Amino acid sequence: MKANCWYGKKDVQVVDVSEPEILNNRDAVIKITSTAICGSDLHLYNGFVPTMEKGDILGHEFMGEVVEVGSEVHNLKAGDRVVASFPISCGKCFFCQRELFSLCENSNPNAWMAQQLFGHSPAGIYGYTHMLGGFAGGQAEYARVPFADVGTVKIPDGLSDEQVLFLSDIFPTGYMAAENCNIQPGDTIAVWGCGPVGQFAMKSAYLLGAERVIGIDRVDYRLQIARERAGAEVLNYEECDVYESLMEMTGGLGPDACIDAVGMEAHVPGIIGAYHRVKQSLMLETDRPHAFRQAIMACRKGGTVSVPGVYGGFDDKIPLGSLMNKGLTVKTGQTHVQHYFAPLLERIQNGDIDPSFVITHRLPLEDAPSGYEMFLNKEDDCLKVVLKP
Amino acid sequence: MEIPRDLAIERRQRSGAQFSEPVERRGDWNDGSLTDVARSAWDQQQLGVLIDGNEKTVARGLGWFSIGLGLAEVLAPRTLERFLGIKHHGFLLRIMGLREIASGVGILTGRRPSGWLWARAGGDVIDIAALGMALNSDTAKPANIGLACAAVAGLTVLDIRRAQELSRNNDAALSARTIEVRNSIQINRSPAAVYKFWRNFQNLPRFMSNVESVDTLSDNRSHWCVRGPAGKRIEWDAEITEEEENRLIAWHSLVGAQVENYGSVRFETAPGGRGTYLKVHLQYSPPAGIFGARVAKLFGREPQQQIHEDLHHLKQIMETGEIITTKGQPAGRARGTSWKYDQAVRRQVDSRSEYQTSAA
Repeated sequence: MKANCWYGKKDVQVVDVSEPEILNNRDAVIKITSTAICGSDLHLYNGFVPTMEKGDILGHEFMGEVVEVGSEVHNLKAGDRVVASFPISCGKCFFCQRELFSLCENSNPNAWMAQQLFGHSPAGIYGYTHMLGGFAGGQAEYARVPFADVGTVKIPDGLSDEQVLFLSDIFPTGYMAAENCNIQPGDTIAVWGCGPVGQFAMKSAYLLGAERVIGIDRVDYRLQIARERAGAEVLNYEECDVYESLMEMTGGLGPDACIDAVGMEAHVPGIIGAYHRVKQSLMLETDRPHAFRQAIMACRKGGTVSVPGVYGGFDDKIPLGSLMNKGLTVKTGQTHVQHYFAPLLERIQNGDIDPSFVITHRLPLEDAPSGYEMFLNKEDDCLKVVLKP
Repeated sequence: MEIPRDLAIERRQRSGAQFSEPVERRGDWNDGSLTDVARSAWDQQQLGVLIDGNEKTVARGLGWFSIGLGLAEVLAPRTLERFLGIKHHGFLLRIMGLREIASGVGILTGRRPSGWLWARAGGDVIDIAALGMALNSDTAKPANIGLACAAVAGLTVLDIRRAQELSRNNDAALSARTIEVRNSIQINRSPAAVYKFWRNFQNLPRFMSNVESVDTLSDNRSHWCVRGPAGKRIEWDAEITEEEENRLIAWHSLVGAQVENYGSVRFETAPGGRGTYLKVHLQYSPPAGIFGARVAKLFGREPQQQIHEDLHHLKQIMETGEIITTKGQPAGRARGTSWKYDQAVRRQVDSRSEYQTSAA
C-alpha cells in the first residue's frame, strides 16, 4: 500500500509499504477514506520533535471503513464506517476510567522513553515519534487501530467524511481548549493562533456561551477566516501591540481566558525571535513559548490560560511571577478525544457546527509532500489539507 | 582474615533461612572457597568506603582543581606566560585550559569518573611535554618551569593512582556487588486478582523479559530458568519463605544457585478504588569474575529500568489482557519496528514467543 513516510527534516515521501495486520486482540484494521495533515505534523516535518525514525508512517487524523477486527473487539465489524481518535487508549486504566484518555497508561510501548523526559508517559499517538509509541500513522491506504473498541466512533449514514473527519483531533482539541476556559456568560476569550485548532477553539468558545472571541495571528487570510467563519474579532500582531490592544478592548481587565493554540514554534518578531531560533537550533531550548508568555501577561486576574498548543521540552522565561500574582489557572493536555466523540458528533448532526469549514485543500495521498510544504509555508491560503488515498 | 569453614557454612545457612538479612553479609554462595568469602567481604567493605567516601572526594577535588587551572589558562594566559617566561604561546595555553576544564567537568559530572581521570592523566603527560619544550625558549625561566613540571608530575601520579583505584572498583562493583532493586506500580485490579496471577508462577515469563520459564516443583518450591550472558542459561531452585494470601509473597534461591537471589512482592490495597499498589523488592548477587560482571551488566546495567518495564508489562496484562506491540507493523524501511527505539519491546515480545515455542 501507499503511505506517507518521514525521512528527515522537510523530507516526507509517499512510498510502498506492506499492509498492516492485526497485532493485538483489540486491534482493527481500517481502509482509510480520508486523512489530514495536522499542524502538529509540521513540528515533526520541521524536525523539532526527537525520536522520529526514517520511514515512520505519519498521520494521526484519519477515518475509514473497518476491514478486519481482532478477537477481542466486539463492538465493531467489517464494513463499519469509523473515525479514529489520535490518542490510543486502553479504556481500562485509572486514567481511561476517568475519561482522561490521552493519559492512558497502557498504550505506549515506549513509555519509559517519555517517562525520562516528562516524568510520566502520556498515551501512545499514531505516527508521532517513538517516544509516544512509534505507531504507524494514518496517512496511508490502511491503518491498524489498537484498542479499536475504545478508539473509534461509528459514523451514521448521511454525514460526509469531511463533516466528521476532524472528530479525530482538531475539533475536540479546539473544543476541549474552550471547555478548559470554564466559560461564564459575558466572558471574552482571546485565542492565539488562527490555524485549524484555533478556528475550532473560537467556534467552540461561542458554542459554550462566550460573549466575545478575539483571534490573534499575523496571516491575513487566517484572520479573515476567523472573522468570517468563526465570527471572531481579530488582531494582527504584526500591526499592533497585542497586550495594549487586548487591554483597550476589555477596559483594562484583560480577556477572561486566553487560549494558546500556537505551541512550540511560535513566530516571534524581531531580535527576541532571532534569539529563540539560535537557542532552539543549538538545542538549548526546545520550544519558543512566545504565545504562552503573551497569554499569561494579558489574561485577566483570576482567569484561565488554556493550552492546546503542543510543547515538547524545557522552556525559558515563563512569567511565573505573573501567573502566581494574578492567580491564574493553567489548563492543558493532549485531547481526551474519545470523551468528546459522542457529544461533538451530536453537535455536527444537530447542525451546530460543520467542521469542514476549515478545509482549503483536497489532495490525493500521493501529493502529501506538496501538501506539507504548502501548509508549512501558508501558500495558496492553505489552512487545512485533506488527503484522499 | 581467617574465617572458620564451619562459620561460613553456618552463615550461609542462616542467611538462607532469613529473608531480611542483607545479602552482602552472607558470605559466599558459589563454590564456597574461603578466599572468595574473604575477598567478597573485603570488596563489600572497601566498596562502601572507597566509592562513597574518600575516593570520590579526592576525585571531586581533582575535578575542581582541573576547572580552576583550566580557567586560569583560558582567562589569563599572559600572566602564566610571564610566570613561565615564555612568549606567544597564549593560544596553546588556552587549548590546554579548555582540555583541563573539559576533564574537570567530566570528573565532576560523569557517572564513572575513572575514564575522565585517565583522560586527565594523559593530558598531564602532554602538559609536561609542552613544558619541556618551553625550556628551549630564549626567555625561559627554568626554575619556574621546573616548579610547574613538578606540580604537574605530582598531579599525574595522583591522577593515575586515583584512576587505577576507581577502575578497579568499577570492575569490583560489577562482579561482587549485590544488586538491589525496588519498584512499585499501580494496577487497576484488586490485590486478590493480581496476587492470583503472580502466584501462578508460570505466568511470570509473560512479563519478566529475562525469565524463560518457572516450573512449579511443589507448593512452595519452583525451578527458574533465566537467559544469561552469551546465550548461557542460568537456572536455580527457589523456595517461598513467607506468604500471606492476597498480600505478600517472598522467596529466595536455594543453596547452590549460580545467581543467588531474594525477592518479595507486596499487594497493597490502593486507596479510593485505585486497585493495587504492587511493591517489588529484589536482591541478587552475580558471581565473581568475568561471567559475574556480564550477569551484572545484563540484568544490572539499569536493573531499576528493567524491573520497571517488566512491571509495566504486568500492569498491561492485568488491565487490558495483553501487552501492546508495534512489532510487525508497516514502515517505509526494511523493518517495521525500529531497532533504535523499540528494543525493550522487541525483547519482551521475542522472549514470549520463544517461551511459547519451547513450551509447545
